[in-house]
Amino acid sequence: MLRSKFLPIIIFVIAIVSVQVLTGLTDKAQYLTQLTMTGYYSLVIIGLCMLIGYAGQISLGHAGFFAIGGYVSAFLTTYNLAPHKEKPLVSVLSKTGLLGSMQDLYGGDTMVVNPWLACIAAVAVTVLIAYIIGGPILKLKGHYLAMATLGFGTIVYKVVLATSFFGAADGLSDIPGFKVLPGLEVSGKPGLRVQNYYIAWGLVALGMLLLTNLIHSRVGRALRSIHSAEDAANAMGINTGRYKLNIFVLSAVFAALAGVFLTHYNGGIGPSEASIMKSVRYVAIVAIGGMANLWGALAMGFVLNFLSLRGYFGSYDDAIFGVILILIMLFAPEGLLRREVFQGLKKRLSGKKSAGGQQA
Amino acid sequence: MNIELLSQYLVAGITYGTIYAIVAIGFNIIYNATGIINFAQGEFVMLGGMIAVSLHTFMPLPAAIVAAVLAAMIIGALIEIIFIRWLVSPSVLRMIIITIGISIFVREAALHVWGEAVRALPYFTGSEVTVISFGNVHISPQVLWVTGIAAIIVALLTFFFNYTLLGRQMRACSSNRDAARLCGINAKNMVTLSFVLSAGIGALAGCVVSPITYVQYDSGTGLAIKGFTVAILGGLGNSTAAIGAGLILGILESLCVMVLPTAFKDVVSISVLLLILFVRPSGIFGSVEASRLKEF
Repeated sequence: MLRSKFLPIIIFVIAIVSVQVLTGLTDKAQYLTQLTMTGYYSLVIIGLCMLIGYAGQISLGHAGFFAIGGYVSAFLTTYNLAPHKEKPLVSVLSKTGLLGSMQDLYGGDTMVVNPWLACIAAVAVTVLIAYIIGGPILKLKGHYLAMATLGFGTIVYKVVLATSFFGAADGLSDIPGFKVLPGLEVSGKPGLRVQNYYIAWGLVALGMLLLTNLIHSRVGRALRSIHSAEDAANAMGINTGRYKLNIFVLSAVFAALAGVFLTHYNGGIGPSEASIMKSVRYVAIVAIGGMANLWGALAMGFVLNFLSLRGYFGSYDDAIFGVILILIMLFAPEGLLRREVFQGLKKRLSGKKSAGGQQA
Repeated sequence: MNIELLSQYLVAGITYGTIYAIVAIGFNIIYNATGIINFAQGEFVMLGGMIAVSLHTFMPLPAAIVAAVLAAMIIGALIEIIFIRWLVSPSVLRMIIITIGISIFVREAALHVWGEAVRALPYFTGSEVTVISFGNVHISPQVLWVTGIAAIIVALLTFFFNYTLLGRQMRACSSNRDAARLCGINAKNMVTLSFVLSAGIGALAGCVVSPITYVQYDSGTGLAIKGFTVAILGGLGNSTAAIGAGLILGILESLCVMVLPTAFKDVVSISVLLLILFVRPSGIFGSVEASRLKEF
């Protein structure tokens, strides 16, 4: 049991390290940039996979949460607080060392919020928004739920597009790096490429660890029961509303964290990150990976995001995802990388003993 | 705020509201026949406008519009036959994702065929500066075309669904498909017909409004969300109520422009959608009991 649970994580870590070594050996280090970005998008995808696959609730607005995370962090780490030095909140923050001060291009003083504080604020805002809208939204089902989340995503998109605060159509840029720990910095500096690759995929590994644990716990069983028969789950005494809401918030936090980190990594964020097409793309990848299959979603997210970021699809980028969606839903609604395939593999790998046990 | 300006905003609101209502009627027709919300409904509107603009370069306006509507109907039928017809009792989630996929596909195809350029048909009568004045209120003749054609569509649909055999067969299918099939109605053809009808209506709407709103390859999604809002606001499946709800939303939107920046117009209407979904998903004019029986 323990082995079968952690085996994929070990394989995953080995794969991550070998990809990096391979790019180093073959002198293709420039691939690491897209691979790092892929890592952050994968974070959104595994969070969404929890929501769609395991809890059975669709969200067509996850790019909205990604953008909320990214924009809050970007705004706080670039908005100059120096003119407001005298205001109580600003002065308290500055005394506790949560503000970074530096000099801008022209020698003027700027004071901005420390990225750690910005990151925490971004997550807090996301949790707040996810709780507020999650309550009523998750009471809806099917078409209504899809349209409501689509509506939420559109609102976020239109708001960032129309607010001059957030740079309107240009978005925010010149976002400083995020010094996570001394010696670890999330930023796009060429020298930090390898480091950033590991930060991104390390986060994904952490996320996977957390989510696989969740799936194999009481909560996971409750979620699966909600997916297959919500009324029955309710009758069994499972507070389905609370579970759905918590998982919604959790997946929103995954998206927001991805937004925060990718924004610091890229040094900028634009409204296109909040667009409906991005949300649809996340759903497409979860669908193709197999709805209730974290590893499948991760694998597909890795391949498709990387190809898309490398520009292999050219101007057909969005169309490819549309076609993938249609084909998968028509011919393989369970996804390409189905569980059975994995379970068969797992059985073979873990030997006859546990295969006979049938504990999973 | 003077009365003159207010009534001018009202006219704009009525125009846009009518457009949304026509899109909502397209939603309703397919929903009634199949229980599917066709997320690609806005794409029919875009296709209608785009095809008509292209055809108008070498044929007269009325012929271009008729041809565009026919072309959209054929596309609607093809979409249903290729993607929907052969699925056996698919789940709602699957249908949502398929229709979203179709909408992306159509939009991207349009991008490759027509590019990113913004297009428009010429005004049906007069030009953009022609106005008809009622006292202090000035109305573009195109607005009359839009509202007039919407009225004709609703009247024809009411007649079709209530007094023709085909329309009655479609209604029979929507209320109980198995019973309808026992009576010898080909339910699958009725579903195809519903796609053809809603594609045609959407395309006609796209032609009529294109002089005012212009069309672009990606103008479908926005219209689909507005159309859906109106469909929900009026009560899903009820086309007469959709007109009323469309007018409410259109007027609300244009009154918002007076107090908020224009860019937030869409935010207001989508907030209305969310509010309605949260508070009264059966819609203003829908019955709560009836909506409880529907499967979403």
